[in-house]
Amino acid sequence: MTTAAVVGLSLVLFVLGVVAFFVKKDLLTQFMAVEIMLNAANLAFLGLARGTDRLDAQVIIFLVMTVAAAEAAVGLAIVLLVFRRKKSIRTEDFRTLRG
Amino acid sequence: MMMPAYAWIPLAPALGALTLFLLGRRLARKTVSILASTSVAISLALSLLATLRLPPGGTSGLQTQTHRLMTWLSAGSFQVEAALRFDALSAVMVLIVSGIGLIIHVYSAGYMSRDRDYGRYFAGLNLFTFAMLLLVLADNLVLMFVGWEGVGLCSYLLIGFWFEKPSAAAAGKKAFLVNRIGDAGFVLGILVLLSAAGTTSFAGIAEAVSNGRIAPAMAGLAALLLFVGAAGKSAQIPLHIWLPDAMEGPTPVSALIHAATMVTAGVYMIARMNVLYAFAPGAGRIVAVVGALTAVYAGTIALVQNDIKRVLAYSTISQLGYMFLGCGVGAYAAGIFHLFTHAFFKSLLFLAAGSVIHALSGEQDIRRMGGLRKHLPITAPVFFIGALAIAGVPFLSGFFSKDAILVSAFAAGFPFLGILGLAGAVLTAFYMFRLVFLAFFGEERISPENKAHVHESPSIMTGPLVVLAAGSILAGYLGLPIVLGEKANLFFRFLGLVAPVLDKGHLGPAAEWGLILASAASAAFGIGLAYLLYIRNTALPGRWAARRPGLHKLLLHGYYVDEFYDAAIVAPLVRGSESVYRRFDLEVIDASLDGAAKAAGVFGKAAAILQTGWVKDYALAFVLGLTLLVGALLV
Amino acid sequence: MTADIVFWILAAVSAGAAAAMVLLKNPGHNALLLVLCFSSLGGIFGLLQAPFAAAIQVLVYAGAIMVLFIFVIMMVDPRAGIPPEKIKRAKILGPAIALVLFFELGTAVWTLFEANAAPADAGPAGSPTEVGRRLFTEYVYPFEITSVLILAALVGAIVLGKKEKAGS
Repeated sequence: MTTAAVVGLSLVLFVLGVVAFFVKKDLLTQFMAVEIMLNAANLAFLGLARGTDRLDAQVIIFLVMTVAAAEAAVGLAIVLLVFRRKKSIRTEDFRTLRG
Repeated sequence: MMMPAYAWIPLAPALGALTLFLLGRRLARKTVSILASTSVAISLALSLLATLRLPPGGTSGLQTQTHRLMTWLSAGSFQVEAALRFDALSAVMVLIVSGIGLIIHVYSAGYMSRDRDYGRYFAGLNLFTFAMLLLVLADNLVLMFVGWEGVGLCSYLLIGFWFEKPSAAAAGKKAFLVNRIGDAGFVLGILVLLSAAGTTSFAGIAEAVSNGRIAPAMAGLAALLLFVGAAGKSAQIPLHIWLPDAMEGPTPVSALIHAATMVTAGVYMIARMNVLYAFAPGAGRIVAVVGALTAVYAGTIALVQNDIKRVLAYSTISQLGYMFLGCGVGAYAAGIFHLFTHAFFKSLLFLAAGSVIHALSGEQDIRRMGGLRKHLPITAPVFFIGALAIAGVPFLSGFFSKDAILVSAFAAGFPFLGILGLAGAVLTAFYMFRLVFLAFFGEERISPENKAHVHESPSIMTGPLVVLAAGSILAGYLGLPIVLGEKANLFFRFLGLVAPVLDKGHLGPAAEWGLILASAASAAFGIGLAYLLYIRNTALPGRWAARRPGLHKLLLHGYYVDEFYDAAIVAPLVRGSESVYRRFDLEVIDASLDGAAKAAGVFGKAAAILQTGWVKDYALAFVLGLTLLVGALLV
Repeated sequence: MTADIVFWILAAVSAGAAAAMVLLKNPGHNALLLVLCFSSLGGIFGLLQAPFAAAIQVLVYAGAIMVLFIFVIMMVDPRAGIPPEKIKRAKILGPAIALVLFFELGTAVWTLFEANAAPADAGPAGSPTEVGRRLFTEYVYPFEITSVLILAALVGAIVLGKKEKAGS
């Protein structure tokens, strides 16, 4: 379990998250892809930490997770709202901000 | 503050002007006039104090005092101090400005009593007084120029006082612009002196001249350029055109600014710079010739004018010509002496004219006056006295000052100019008494509506008139002709070498008495002729005018100088401006601005292609950017 | 030794779950796969001597957040299937660029860390007590601010989720 392995896993997860974002067609699953990316970041933090830095890495993981939770709550509320309005969660349908 | 008395002189009017400009509209009329008049009275008191305190000594007989307020401009070797100078010449000038100024302030309180913009009027008047005092108290040309410009500004503001009247606004503009042309010459003169002498202070220049540090050619050039400025300010040919139009302003303004003080600034300047002009006699000669020609020229125009104020305006131009004649031939004290007496009788004439206009509810055409001496028991006699004085009738002030100038002209070896001066005296007497007889004597040609309201002016207006009349009679006795004795001329002795009369030669006593007789005779001739034409045989002027209509029109229109300038200078400039406006301003500048705006629009539309509104496109941009960044960092 | 094997198993599970999430279309399935992925990540945290992180990973991520997702999936009910996208450019370009990114970072990781291949779990465990102490001393500001953040999210979610009144 070398550092390279851990960070490498984090990289794999991250890229999978990016690909997932582009492959999926609806808001919900795209949101899930974002969560994958966040987790990959968390893993990278921990993987790159050494010694007592690992304690700080855990603090950071804690904070990131909190923010992710808050973001998920509000984001999913928005998804619901959008669905109620437009009867669809297909991202291609939401292009009113076109300039 | 340890400043000498004379340094405080300009302060009170400055504060008065500031207060009145800011608060004038909100103060009661009485407060305004009292405030304004008091500030000038303070200046007058300080002037008297300072004059009495002038200690004897120095080359002038009285000391020259200077006081440095602060270093104003300092750039390398270029230094200009804000410094004031007080000597005999300054004393004469500040007394005239504050004294006549005070009288006119009091008169204005009555004359302008029903005007809406009372506060603005007195603010302008006070500001003018401040600027003029600064002008005459300055110790160097640059500070003097500040005052010079200041009086020009006030002239503009006060000529165009009733700015809603288009002719008044245009007159103000014209005055300012013509003055500006003169000012350009003035500034160039300053620059020449600066480069030649390294200083603009009067003492410095005088010292440079006497030490031979200035080449005569440079001195002459500077003198001429400064005279261009004087010609503009004092309405000499060819920059005289603004003064007749300046009569659009209120009559007290005409009296103060365009008779007694501002227009005399040019004469003062030449007297102040007498060392320079003495060093460059060619320039002096030109000054004298221009002065003499202007005196006669303006006199001929005044012969046929029908507006009471325009007659007086051309008369002022003519009398200023006399002053320049005096200074030009080296008799600076004589020029200043005429300035002194002229201040009394010219302001008297203007204020009395104002009284007449006031009495006739605004009528200014002398063809619609007549017989006013019956209705105006105070105005008529004082006007008569003023006319006698200006005509050079013996024993009144004008006679003494004019005589001094003529004597100097002949003595300095300019008989032709002296003869022109005598001719001008005849003209002066004639047109003044034409005015007197047509307005105050003879049959009444007043319109019925005006006749019903005709009344003498209130004492706040007639009081000043009487004071000025006394001055017009008595002022001359300060300068008795030298033929009566070397010490007889107190005025000249007071001025001493500050503004001397150069000793260019003496006429013997016989010639001097002869000249006195000649001046008296000219006055008598002019008055007599006017009597014949306007009392005895009143049909004659009309017949003469009918026989020579061309000449009459030529004189009436001032030799068409205005029309000439319009066609030769103004019209081409206007056309040029318009063409530049159309071809450059509209087509180039506006077009490029519009073009810039359109370009912004084009760029905006191009950039908007990236804004698809689709979150995946944005994510694409994110990832692309990230990849590029990481790539750059890894390389 | 055992730690290594457990690690590789957990790594394979989480990567595999993520990959499966990319390939499967059913959102419910996707959510459950993610739960699996996050839980195995929690295990990896534990292996890395970070018990506190492991605990909250399972509790919050796998537990709370994914449950939220599942709730929303229930309410939105995308069972009807989603028509394919008309604009294909993002679907092609995105993964392509991501691949480039993968290779870029991959080479970096390889060169940086394979060289000095130190085990990642060396050193003492990061005890929760110590983490707690840090949270309340060094990191007390971010800690308090996140509490405000959670409050804001709470209020936001409630307001946004309210049923629309007639006419609003």
